[in-house]
Amino acid sequence: MNAVDIVGVGCTPFGRYQDTTARGEAVRAIRIALADAGVEWGDIDFAVGGSMSAGSADTLVSDLGLTGVPFVNVFNGCATGSSSLATAVHAIASGAAELALVVGFDSHPRGAFAIRPEQMGLGQWYGTTGLAMTSQFFALKIQRYLYEHDLPPRLLTSVAAKAFRNGSRNPNAWRRKPLTEHDIDNSPMLSDPLRQYMLCSPGDGACALVLGAAQRAKRLRSDPVRVAATTVRTRRPGSFEVLSPSLSIQRGDSPTVEAARAAFELAGVGPADVAVAQLQDTDAGAEIIHLAETGLCAHGQQATLIDSGATEIDGTLPVNTDGGCLANGEPIGASGLRQIHENVLQLRGHAGDRQVPNRPRVAFSHVYGAPGLSGCTILTR
Amino acid sequence: MTTRPIDPAIMEWTEDRIALRGSRCARCGETDFPPQAACRRCGATETHTVRLPDRGVLWSWTIQRFPPPSPPYVPRSGEFEPFGLGYVELPGEVIVEALLTDADPAALRIGMPLRLIPFEVLSHCGERAITFAFAPETEGDRQ
Repeated sequence: MNAVDIVGVGCTPFGRYQDTTARGEAVRAIRIALADAGVEWGDIDFAVGGSMSAGSADTLVSDLGLTGVPFVNVFNGCATGSSSLATAVHAIASGAAELALVVGFDSHPRGAFAIRPEQMGLGQWYGTTGLAMTSQFFALKIQRYLYEHDLPPRLLTSVAAKAFRNGSRNPNAWRRKPLTEHDIDNSPMLSDPLRQYMLCSPGDGACALVLGAAQRAKRLRSDPVRVAATTVRTRRPGSFEVLSPSLSIQRGDSPTVEAARAAFELAGVGPADVAVAQLQDTDAGAEIIHLAETGLCAHGQQATLIDSGATEIDGTLPVNTDGGCLANGEPIGASGLRQIHENVLQLRGHAGDRQVPNRPRVAFSHVYGAPGLSGCTILTR
Repeated sequence: MTTRPIDPAIMEWTEDRIALRGSRCARCGETDFPPQAACRRCGATETHTVRLPDRGVLWSWTIQRFPPPSPPYVPRSGEFEPFGLGYVELPGEVIVEALLTDADPAALRIGMPLRLIPFEVLSHCGERAITFAFAPETEGDRQ
């Protein structure tokens, strides 16, 4: 198996595009990533990417040049970026490709995601009666989680405040205004216990990476970032997933638990080695749950961890240093790669105002998407 | 005027009784709702339809405080009113997602006993239809 390095990254500002399009920004992100790697589009011998609702990634070749490159489209919900990355890593590791491009982009209208239940194998009654809502799922999941692990709801406020604080230091973030805990606690309750500023907004964004076989990467730049592991897992019985008219009475682990465990095994490092982490924070509760499901802390330990400041940029386990989905919004296809972009900057020591002190060596990222899949990636330098 | 179940596949309803229809796997015993042709746990295709218990306890809850995107949601009245929903654990069987008759956070707590009731909504074609909901079980409900 060939080792795989990230040699180029490109991310354009997230938000709600007025004078540009998600596709246009995807092309721009690709050009930034190529320039960062010091290569040209014609050098790329494998490409993969995806978008939920802004078009097919492979059609971007019209703007980039018709090189005949093999291009795979991915459609894996919020795990699209991670799944695309995994596909490119496997192509290089197997020797099928030497230099790969990964791209994710998306654009969603304002407001809650509209669900079409029949496309997900659900009866029409489910949406008609008002149950087909992703935000409800997040609320129901954290409500149960706080109860089971005896955690205080105030943690939701702390997590959201941190996200906006970190986002204010990220020039690419959509929400760049720091919000106080008071601002957050006074925002409208949308789905108990989640308030407006505790839920991310669907938005627009684009991000791209250039990956190379290690031998090639060494010639391209002096500070390549190694992809130590990338894993994708789908749900097993008993996990609590979005859009579920019922749950099994025998509870089980979420796909995050398995994806994270497999990633740590593959990378040969443990959760204690992680110096910076990006976790899926579609809502503030998701960050709390994913801290434990990834193995970064024990269930119930989150209050101690968060209250101690450990998850802040200058803490022992900085989480969502770029502001996460809460400050960047959720363009589904781009989100997972935004996390990788952030971790690469952190490992290179190029994260500017939000740089984690002492330039981290091990970075972890995690995405979780409907209807129940998770992707975890460990980067090292 | 006849009012019909919103989907006869998920429930039985007559004037005096309501029951949810689920399925049970003949191989591993997993119960699912609504009924499925294959078992979500073991993949076996030997499932049969069962009537689910009409009493349960609240497993998790929330209150939907803004109108869901429509479609698919069909508003129940002109002015949107927040509604409660949650997961209800039916003892020994399955945890079902359902509307709750209460939309008051102070009245809801995990573990509270609930009972199944018919609940009138509008269907996607605008006709009145009966779906299911759970209401707090009161002393008088117990036999």
